[in-house]
Amino acid sequence: MVELTLPKNSRVVEGKSWPKPAAANNLQEFRIYRYDPDGESNPRTDTYWVDRDDCGPMILDGLIWIKSKVDPTLTFRRSCREGICGSCAMNIDGTNTLACTKGMDEVGGTIRIYPLPHLPVIKDLVPDLTRFYAQHASIEPWLHTSTPSPEKEWKQSREDREHLDGLYECILCACCSTSCPSYWWNGDRYLGPAALLQAYRWLIDSRDEATGERLDDLEDPFRLYRCHTIMNCANTCPKGLNPAKAIAEIKKMMVARQV
Amino acid sequence: MADSKPRSERPLSPHLEIYKPAMTMVMSIVHRVTGTALYFGTVLVAAWLVSAATSASAFETVHGFMGSWFGRIILLGYTWALLHHLLGGIRHFIWDTGRGYGAEERSFLAHATLAGSIGLTILVWIVAYVVR
Repeated sequence: MVELTLPKNSRVVEGKSWPKPAAANNLQEFRIYRYDPDGESNPRTDTYWVDRDDCGPMILDGLIWIKSKVDPTLTFRRSCREGICGSCAMNIDGTNTLACTKGMDEVGGTIRIYPLPHLPVIKDLVPDLTRFYAQHASIEPWLHTSTPSPEKEWKQSREDREHLDGLYECILCACCSTSCPSYWWNGDRYLGPAALLQAYRWLIDSRDEATGERLDDLEDPFRLYRCHTIMNCANTCPKGLNPAKAIAEIKKMMVARQV
Repeated sequence: MADSKPRSERPLSPHLEIYKPAMTMVMSIVHRVTGTALYFGTVLVAAWLVSAATSASAFETVHGFMGSWFGRIILLGYTWALLHHLLGGIRHFIWDTGRGYGAEERSFLAHATLAGSIGLTILVWIVAYVVR
């Protein structure tokens, strides 16, 4: 359902300003969303100052610098620091992206960081992605076959393999789904761009034999058709993929099987 | 994690208020707004037709209002809403064929919708005033 404002317990208030590092010449201001699940207060935005001369170039470097030198309670997910695990997805400068592949220099002025939009917040920049993963599982992201298995692997021509380019690279960081207004308002029934791109990855796989069943599962006013080509997904994907295009291809398959 | 808060008590992360608007997103919103505005525009057309079918004096009243400066501003807005929604519909039609999804193409289509609707509105009104 469309709710333009946040519930009372979610409204963000002004937080505290942390001291600037001593004897630093090159300061970068960060304003970061904080939420402490052990307290009773609302989420807040805290202000931090990072010494650029003592810190790596990426936003994630800045967050780690703050956590180790200023405020060890600051909580965020991170792992690979090279854009392949998808853990450090968050809203930076108004757009969802990975903190590890976004440079501080790419943002002009204050760097504002929020958790991925319209999700329940567990703590600080860590949102609850349970439903997102359940939706991915619901499209059954594995090979479905009914013919007897070959002696070795299921084979695929180079041309058929090329259909998976632009799809298999998805790292399930959730940037796209949580950028989508349709997913904000109807995330309980709309699968969202990430799950649908994954669905298309299996629909278009020449080895998969459950295309009809997969399309049956998606043929629903909400699961697939809540996509209104708003294009936030394609604009925000940190891997440069195009979920909107994948969804359009699924819609075309729906039409093609009826004519 | 036995003492973690239940899901229902967790705050919802900010969304619309913090998301940086892209042209495609804005044009999607405007497509909805103009679509809603067309309902009211249709009421205007219906009122005009009903008045014409009722009596000469009723028609004069409605026609007079439409011709006033305030009525013309409303009609100008209706023209723009109609043309913008029409071009938006064509843009969605192109997307339905699976074309126009590239970064530059989708941005071009969004900008072209706005520029086209403003341009066509001006054109319609110039033509209207010339042939009047």
